[in-house]
Amino acid sequence: MGARGELPPWVDVALIPALNLVLALLATSVVFLFIGENPLSALGIMLDGALGSPRGMSFMFYYATNFIFTGLCVAVAFHAGLFNIGGEGQAYFAGLGAAMVGLGLDFLPWPLLIPLSILAAALFGAAWGFVPGYLQAKRGSHIVITTIMFNFIATSLMAYLINYWFRPVGKMAVESRAIGSFDLANGDLTGAYIPSFFEIFLGAFGIRISSSPLNLTVLLAFAAAWAIWYFLWRTKIGYEIRATGLNADAAVYAGIKPDRIIMIAMAVSGGLAGLVAVNEILGTQHRLLLEYVQGAGFVGIAVALMGRNHPAGIVLAALLFGLLYQGGTSLSLAKSHINRDMVVVIQGLIILFMGALEQAFRPWLAAYFFKAEE
Amino acid sequence: MLEILFSPETISSTVRMAVPLIFACLAGLWSERSGIVDIGLEGKMLAAAFASAAAAAYFGNAWIALIVAIAVSVSFSLVHGYAAINQRGNQVVSGVAINMLAAGLAVVLGNEWFREGGRTPQIPPEAQFAVFNLPFMSSLTGIPVVGPYLNVISGHSILVYLAFIFVALSAWALAKTRFGLRLRAVGENPHAVDTAGISVARLRYQAVIIAGILCGLAGTYLAVALQGSFVRDMSAGRGFMALAALIFANWRAWPSMWACLLFGYLQAVGLRMQGVKIADFEVPVQFINMLPYVMTVVLLAGFIGKSIPPRASGIPYSKDR
Repeated sequence: MGARGELPPWVDVALIPALNLVLALLATSVVFLFIGENPLSALGIMLDGALGSPRGMSFMFYYATNFIFTGLCVAVAFHAGLFNIGGEGQAYFAGLGAAMVGLGLDFLPWPLLIPLSILAAALFGAAWGFVPGYLQAKRGSHIVITTIMFNFIATSLMAYLINYWFRPVGKMAVESRAIGSFDLANGDLTGAYIPSFFEIFLGAFGIRISSSPLNLTVLLAFAAAWAIWYFLWRTKIGYEIRATGLNADAAVYAGIKPDRIIMIAMAVSGGLAGLVAVNEILGTQHRLLLEYVQGAGFVGIAVALMGRNHPAGIVLAALLFGLLYQGGTSLSLAKSHINRDMVVVIQGLIILFMGALEQAFRPWLAAYFFKAEE
Repeated sequence: MLEILFSPETISSTVRMAVPLIFACLAGLWSERSGIVDIGLEGKMLAAAFASAAAAAYFGNAWIALIVAIAVSVSFSLVHGYAAINQRGNQVVSGVAINMLAAGLAVVLGNEWFREGGRTPQIPPEAQFAVFNLPFMSSLTGIPVVGPYLNVISGHSILVYLAFIFVALSAWALAKTRFGLRLRAVGENPHAVDTAGISVARLRYQAVIIAGILCGLAGTYLAVALQGSFVRDMSAGRGFMALAALIFANWRAWPSMWACLLFGYLQAVGLRMQGVKIADFEVPVQFINMLPYVMTVVLLAGFIGKSIPPRASGIPYSKDR
């Protein structure tokens, strides 16, 4: 076990994650067998559901949009040596910013209003990440506990705000009034409404493509992935974040202030989670409603682990999880006895084998490689 | 308003709400005192709730249900233990995985076995725990003012009394027994314990198994005694609230009980305030619901008192350092 960090790099970057993924998939197969289902045919249905049609693929990209944001959210915090379990709450709270600007400033023209709403979502998410960051840096509160608590505080706070402040008088459904609108007949856009590709093609060009909630936010997600790569590996603050994460004590000697870096990293992390609200509130639901994040914040943990905390890996992992979510829906439709929550099981197994048990193969690999060298 | 805050019904409901928190909080206490952080209390409680409800529906016996629930919960504990102790993996990541695995598996298996979208059939009364009436209590309830409150401590399921017995037992074991003292030492300074020739891994596994048993009790109480069936996500964050209570109690047994009673009281008041109007003003229960979490954040930040976790908690132990 003493041979840590002495394996060839490709083993660390590729072989170990691949072996862990295989292990997670084997465990998934056991669950499938247990409920009397052939894992291969289940896999076939899932692949076909997500990749077999343009509609399935666009759903996959729609889910992946959220997962890219939350995966990046977890990764940025990870690079600073922090575990942000609060993506869920940060994404939820961000909806408040998006809806406040989207509804409150709806007299503005959309080219101004949409960027402002996106900015508000990011800022509100950032604020919900910054506070635990501040408490960790300045007051020594453990970030894991604080972010968990902030998830629950966000749940109650948002339930209150939506119920008492956003819900129009006399309306039963606990949700705000509509944010902006899009006229399918002539392509007229008003308010903070990010149209889906289906609406754009039909409204602007009169072409009918298969309908899905996939909207322009997906482009923002890819841009964010590139921006975070640039931020972490090409800017001074990014370097300081990574240095702090690797060794906070050593970073101090390089003139880095870990306190400041922790707060910045958590704000950026929360801001990324906040962009989930752009995809969901501005791009899909077009109103503020309860519990719209639906676990995307937690999926981000699995995505970041799988993507090895690198934006390129995260995009790929997010697409894989998008495939899983869309495939899981197809599977539950095709096989009535399989619940959609099967996806949550797979997610849990991936986090277990790729995260908590990631070193499981290392002793054997070390033994194998060192024997080969001798 | 006042009659809600202090009524015997609210106090009685407080006890019922506090019991799953107490079991889970003690589970966290044992685990974290040995140096293993347990974010997975929620998942183990949920897995146990499902296992007990499924077993009670199948076998028609509450005690068999409890045994099955404990077995399931302990097996989750052992996975966490293996990841944390043998693999020296990240304990928070492992806990997150366990929470997801439990939430997903309960619904998938529940739907497969009972075909009700993940819920289990209602548990018949004969498969529930018998209500335990303390002797002489019925004759005392006639006393004015105090009488109805005396009733609060009688007439609960046997698991309620077990919860309070476990508080005393944990407090005693951690403070007075050789096992408890060693276990605490392992959470503070595992190297010293190792030097004394005591196995760190063995002690930590024992702690993790105790945590599993206690989470099994928490889940069984929730599904079999409180609700009478399993429904999806029925633990509803209680595992995390127990974690908050543990921090509030500064990782001690008796204060844990008080913290859980306090949080249980807030839950009970929140439930009873739902839709209650005072002079045309509806009380927003959301603020009562978020209170335990806000208080924990404030406490952790050191604004009121100070909460200090066991020194070695969350740090994997390896001999070669």
